[in-house]
Amino acid sequence: MTILRLLALLLPLLTAFVAPAAADEAELREIIAKFATAKGFAATKSIVEELAAVGDPAAERPLVALSDGDLVFRESDREVFIGKESGRTVRLLDPLTGEVLGEAKKSEISKIKVNNTLRRVIRDAVGALTLSSPDPVVRIAAADTMFKTPSADAIDALDAAIARETVSSVRRKLEQARASSVLVSDLPEADKLAAIEMIAEMGSRDAASLLIAYEAQSDGALKDAATAAIAKINETLAFWAVAQNVWYGMSLGSVLLLAAIGLAITFGVMGVINMAHGEMVMLGAYTTFVVQELIRSTAPGLFDWSLAIALPLAFLVSGAVGLAIERGIIRFLYGRPLETLLATWGVSLILQQAVRTIFGPTNREVGNPAWMSGAVDIGQMSVTFNRLWILVFALGVFAVLLYVMKRTPWGLQMRAVTANRRMASSMGIKTPWVDALTFALGSGIAGIAGVALSQIDNVSPNLGQGYIIDSFMVVVFGGVGNLWGTLVGAFSLGILNKFLEPYAGAVLGKIIVLVVIILFIQKRPRGLFALKGRAVEA
Amino acid sequence: MITGKLFAAGADRRIAITITILLAIAIIVPVLNLAVPQNSALHIPPYAVALFGKYLCYAMLALALDLVWGYCGILSLGHAAFFALGGYAMGMYLMRQIGDRGVYANPVLPDFMVFLNWKELPWFWYGFDQFWFAALMVMVVPGLLAFGFGWLAFRSRVTGVYLSIITQALTYALLLAFFRNDMGFGGNNGLTDFKDILGFNVQADATRSALFSASAIALALAVYVTWRIIGSKYGKLLMAVRDAESRTRFLGWRAENVKLFAFTVSAVMAGIAGALYVPQVGIINPGEFEPANSIEVVVWAAVGGRATIVGPIIGAILVNTGKSYFTGALPDYWLFALGGLFIAVTLFLPQGIVGMWDAWRARRRERLAAGEVVAPQEVVVRPETAAAGKWSEPDSGAEPQPAE
Repeated sequence: MTILRLLALLLPLLTAFVAPAAADEAELREIIAKFATAKGFAATKSIVEELAAVGDPAAERPLVALSDGDLVFRESDREVFIGKESGRTVRLLDPLTGEVLGEAKKSEISKIKVNNTLRRVIRDAVGALTLSSPDPVVRIAAADTMFKTPSADAIDALDAAIARETVSSVRRKLEQARASSVLVSDLPEADKLAAIEMIAEMGSRDAASLLIAYEAQSDGALKDAATAAIAKINETLAFWAVAQNVWYGMSLGSVLLLAAIGLAITFGVMGVINMAHGEMVMLGAYTTFVVQELIRSTAPGLFDWSLAIALPLAFLVSGAVGLAIERGIIRFLYGRPLETLLATWGVSLILQQAVRTIFGPTNREVGNPAWMSGAVDIGQMSVTFNRLWILVFALGVFAVLLYVMKRTPWGLQMRAVTANRRMASSMGIKTPWVDALTFALGSGIAGIAGVALSQIDNVSPNLGQGYIIDSFMVVVFGGVGNLWGTLVGAFSLGILNKFLEPYAGAVLGKIIVLVVIILFIQKRPRGLFALKGRAVEA
Repeated sequence: MITGKLFAAGADRRIAITITILLAIAIIVPVLNLAVPQNSALHIPPYAVALFGKYLCYAMLALALDLVWGYCGILSLGHAAFFALGGYAMGMYLMRQIGDRGVYANPVLPDFMVFLNWKELPWFWYGFDQFWFAALMVMVVPGLLAFGFGWLAFRSRVTGVYLSIITQALTYALLLAFFRNDMGFGGNNGLTDFKDILGFNVQADATRSALFSASAIALALAVYVTWRIIGSKYGKLLMAVRDAESRTRFLGWRAENVKLFAFTVSAVMAGIAGALYVPQVGIINPGEFEPANSIEVVVWAAVGGRATIVGPIIGAILVNTGKSYFTGALPDYWLFALGGLFIAVTLFLPQGIVGMWDAWRARRRERLAAGEVVAPQEVVVRPETAAAGKWSEPDSGAEPQPAE
């Protein structure tokens, strides 16, 4: 059903069909002109009904304007317009076409008054009118509105609309709207039972709330049917709630994976504790910011490509900084992990302050390209495109990294140096350079993670700090020295976190996860997927 | 042999001098603050008393960290958590002392609880209206947490950087927890607006001087206790675990118990430091749990010289004086300076200031001895500084090791 609806949205060609013959425009204008002379709400109401009876979708614009209180007439010649206030003057628009016809002072015009009863009448009328709109999106919206505000009077209009509807997804919506209207009508019980059945099949939150309201005021077989239907809907909703949580968890997991995967190289493979890892992520995010600023000022047309341009640059920037750190500091501290930890913490402070000095302490605006904004509904859950892309991207980075480690000569050298440094060295591998390049690779990966994270997080000098502890948790939990462990660790921590959130709240959920990891490390000090070895630490 | 004895006497002398200085300032500073007239050049202004009192608490925290890091090789990145817990215990006592002088004038509930519409005191606030109970909790709470955490961690042989990372996770979890309003510790505002301690106004100069003296005396006591621990047979065991844990275990010692004792004692010390800190600064909030704070403590100890007793004290006072100066004069450059300090100390000054001084003196003494007579070629085991700086991984050369 969803796919069909998507198709209907995406392929307007499918929906080309003959609209009901447009009524004479002059007839509409004649009726609209009567608003200016109507005395009282009752008279206005009858004009609205007359307008609706013509059945021309063009009448929607003046009706909506009337409902919003925007329909006005000029005192001098009693001509009716749509008035848009701008300061002291009012712009006058044609009630049917919306063309700008001129301006007038506020004192020269007066509004046509509406009350809530009238607004309801107008809404029904507009609903019926939009049901015959040539645009299927508008028809679906109309059906949705009518579903939420059922009225027995709408059944006839819906029946007519269903009869001429050619797009099956729209027809289904119309039938659901009809079903909700049937419930409030005085049609026989059998019809109502069928209607309950139809609403139950929808399985959405709206359907549930409609039925709950109905259950309260019905009795007998209908009440039982409604109760059963609500139970059925709740089951469906519970399923989707789990699915939504899994999705949120995977989304969080992909963020964790991106942040931790560079660390899996530097910490996991090389055994270097890089506390400045979060700052590498931050540098990547700021690279994206700079690229976007340059694009905005020089070539705005390239904006959708900004992330693609930023990716290699971020890799280079963070990789270069990583290389400098390795050559300048870390190589003197090999074999002293605790000192490495302290020195890189110092580096992280300096990088943070440097970025703060250059870019200022406040958050920087990084835009989403068009293809990353928006969302898609799958059943009862909604999936935003930026999260989806980040998941895809994280898995892509993981796959590339796995390939580099397992299938390229460089990866082979890296693993050889890790496994037995002296042996690797005597085979002619330049171990210092392998160290430096491995560290640069890990840092560069953190940089491209920053490009992705700039899309969903605030780009500030503190960006990296928020990820460093989580990243270490992921690597330690998954098992050091094992890329697959990092993948599993990231996703299981992400999903665990999101499943705890509804019960414990976001902060408490996070605390519980931390405590679970602390306890887990007691049980398996080498993580989920520990490398087997015979070494005994000193 | 002779040099060894001389050195032992030197170390003792150093401890004695430190304790004497601390006890002396515990008396002199309050006198100079209270009895000397304000326009005199010798007068110490009250803000300086409070500031230096704060440094003394930091020094005690650094000493506590040095006991586990310098002497036992456990790099705890969560020591500020114990400090903050001690501080919170003291803060709870001070909150209860406000009584009905709070904004909402509730005789039992602290202001923030009234504000959050709490009807009665949570169970864990009972007893904190008594000073003795609060003082007990200042030591019991951090001690128990350290004992429980250490018992789990050391028994399953979580060591090295793994331990560092989970201690960091511990303080991070506590940070998040204390930020929550419904924890009952005042949320992100923490506890503040204190009025009295033991019936004396916390703002009064005399009380501040008394708190300063208390900090100095507590630090002197901590120095003495640490020195006694290090000098005992247990101290030897501590250093044995630091230098070669497996060998110590194979010799039949229970390394995990040795570590657990040091960790717990150190946490209690940190808790006391926190409790003395809070009335002097007048506030305790969850920011104290920030992982960054704990790492800063490490750099104090590293600057002064780890595995020395005087080093962390000198380091804490020097670095914090620098911090006060920088954050006042050049606020933008403080993090550059601190970051640079981390790098410089680890690269160029692995033994800290005190370690450098000792090394220089040892060389000078050797030169003098070589110039006068042929020095006896004896290996002298110096209890404090011999191995400092190169003890962490005895078997590894200057090469990266896989974390396995």
